[in-house]
Amino acid sequence: MVQNSSTTLLSRPIPLLLIEKNVPQTDVSSRQFSHDTFEQPPMYVAVMTYLGYGIVTLFGYLRDFLRAVGLEKCHVAQEREEQKDFTPLYQDFENFYTRNLYMRVRDNWNRPICSLPGPIFDLIERVSDDYNWTFRFTGKTIHNVINMGSYNYLGFAENNEDFLKTVADKLRQYGAGVCSTRQEIGNLKIHEELEQLVADFIGVESSMIFGMGFATNSMNIPALVGKGCLIVSDELNHTSLILGARLSGATIRVFKHNNMHSLEKLLREAVCSGQPRTHRPWKKILIMVEGIYSMEGSVVRLPEIIALKKKYKAYLYLDEAHSIGAVGPSGRGVTELFNVNPADVDVMMGTFTKSFGAAGGYIAGRKELVEYLRSHSHSAVYASAMSPAITEQVMRAMKCIMGKDGTTEGIRRIRQLAENTRYFRAKLKDMGFIIYGDDDSPVVPVLLYMPGKVVAFAREMLKRKIGVVVVGFPATPITEARARFCLSASHTREILDEVLQQMNEVGDLLCLKFSRRKRSAFPDACKGGQLM
Amino acid sequence: MSAECIHMRERGVDWRYRKQRSSRGDAGCSWSCCRGDNQGVPTDRAGRMSFKNMREYLAWLYYQYLLITGIYVLEPWEKSIFNSVLFSAIAMVVYTSYVFVPIHVHLALEFFSEIIDGQPESAMALMN
Repeated sequence: MVQNSSTTLLSRPIPLLLIEKNVPQTDVSSRQFSHDTFEQPPMYVAVMTYLGYGIVTLFGYLRDFLRAVGLEKCHVAQEREEQKDFTPLYQDFENFYTRNLYMRVRDNWNRPICSLPGPIFDLIERVSDDYNWTFRFTGKTIHNVINMGSYNYLGFAENNEDFLKTVADKLRQYGAGVCSTRQEIGNLKIHEELEQLVADFIGVESSMIFGMGFATNSMNIPALVGKGCLIVSDELNHTSLILGARLSGATIRVFKHNNMHSLEKLLREAVCSGQPRTHRPWKKILIMVEGIYSMEGSVVRLPEIIALKKKYKAYLYLDEAHSIGAVGPSGRGVTELFNVNPADVDVMMGTFTKSFGAAGGYIAGRKELVEYLRSHSHSAVYASAMSPAITEQVMRAMKCIMGKDGTTEGIRRIRQLAENTRYFRAKLKDMGFIIYGDDDSPVVPVLLYMPGKVVAFAREMLKRKIGVVVVGFPATPITEARARFCLSASHTREILDEVLQQMNEVGDLLCLKFSRRKRSAFPDACKGGQLM
Repeated sequence: MSAECIHMRERGVDWRYRKQRSSRGDAGCSWSCCRGDNQGVPTDRAGRMSFKNMREYLAWLYYQYLLITGIYVLEPWEKSIFNSVLFSAIAMVVYTSYVFVPIHVHLALEFFSEIIDGQPESAMALMN
């Protein structure tokens, strides 16, 4: 581990750039590097974005003043009259952004869905009489809205009776709940079967499943690292990883997104100087990255990170929430995409929510790691076990992907997803939108930048019966608000063409085509999808 | 659009979604590119915007102004306040430039022509 090598490292100089850039490709289908694009918009876009936020902030101050003076009714929670002299319970200023910007436009979020979240779904219509402080349902349903926001990468969110027969059988056999934790009396045989199947799928020794994906990260990282350890995490990691890192009590250092120079500099500095005040060597160094980052659509540079990890003797924690089942020639995730041995990644984590149409998560790796987690992880010891019907859904989805159910449905879906991804991204780039991320990732963020346009985009798309997810300030940097499309294997070519057609119109209507790349002439998206 | 558009032809293929598709109506294709209507700005067959008259174009420009300044998210009375403040500021700028810019330009031209010609001009001659 790190204690032995720190003195020898100091004595000889190490070249900073370790990775060779021209390694020949070993296999046609594997790649050595990820090709992320993060195009910058013209300068006037940033100016206008700040202008928009500034003006709304000014009006926010005005409204807060009116509420404080009493000229306007206050809709947020307030203390009782008798408690006005106490320490304030509701911190008014910290909710400034929520109160004055989010509340004005929150009809674009939390829209109630009343059908299966497949490629097409139904929404309940709701209107507001007081500018989105309260909503009421009109009683009508908006039918057949195209779903571009659900994490349904392989289309396993379906209610087809034939496919769900085994799930229904297990529900009849076991009931819906387990009523216990795994450690006490909730360890069903079906859980052990699924764990074996997950381990086979990923190509590792063993795995462990948990009932909730977020809790898999936040409750297991504290079991792996503690005080005196170092966590090196990407700056755009998910909240569950950040929460788990903070709960563990380890020191956290952040490196620039997907930037290997920044990571190497951090690792060298950590190995050389050790813990902050005492300069003792770190007990463990854990590098935390994600397979696909859900806000950018970028893919991790796995071969380079593994080379760095081996050189500096660190451990790697790979969160494949969005990439398992969605990338790779047979859906095995980023390890397959880059042709990397799964045994090189120390802790492989993933969720069943996205590509498998169920709920829950897993941690996989060597047998000793998983046995340790079985008794030391909070989620394993205290959380309720996974419901048997959900477990069976994951099993049938995984068997379908692996081909073990005897059909080629799994491979067909994976190929359909890859084709949809390539087609959609290419067409959007041709139209002139700024898109982030790697060409293979099914998460497509379209940059909208200005707060007014973000809101107008969501409303226009709903008017045209397309449901999109838009993301703004707290989840993204303030100047980079975006709409995030999640492609699915169940989107047919005509659904994508319809979406592209409407995107084109809305892009012209709202002036969203900021890209300055050279692009081909506008293809007619309606003519059955001929790629130019 | 007749019943032979590609959307109608491909409708029967994917049986899994026949439940949703049949509720779209069997009479004709309901995708917007084949329906021929648009919600919002009129578009031609290629999807580009086409404005019938000046009024529509001005309405679209006003919409762009609302989006860029962020006023779009505010309530109508706040929009009116902002518009009146901005309009009065612009009106004041226009008035000031109308009153003062000709005099300043005239004085500047006189100053530079004095340097070029080399003759001293009296201040009274300038004011007249």
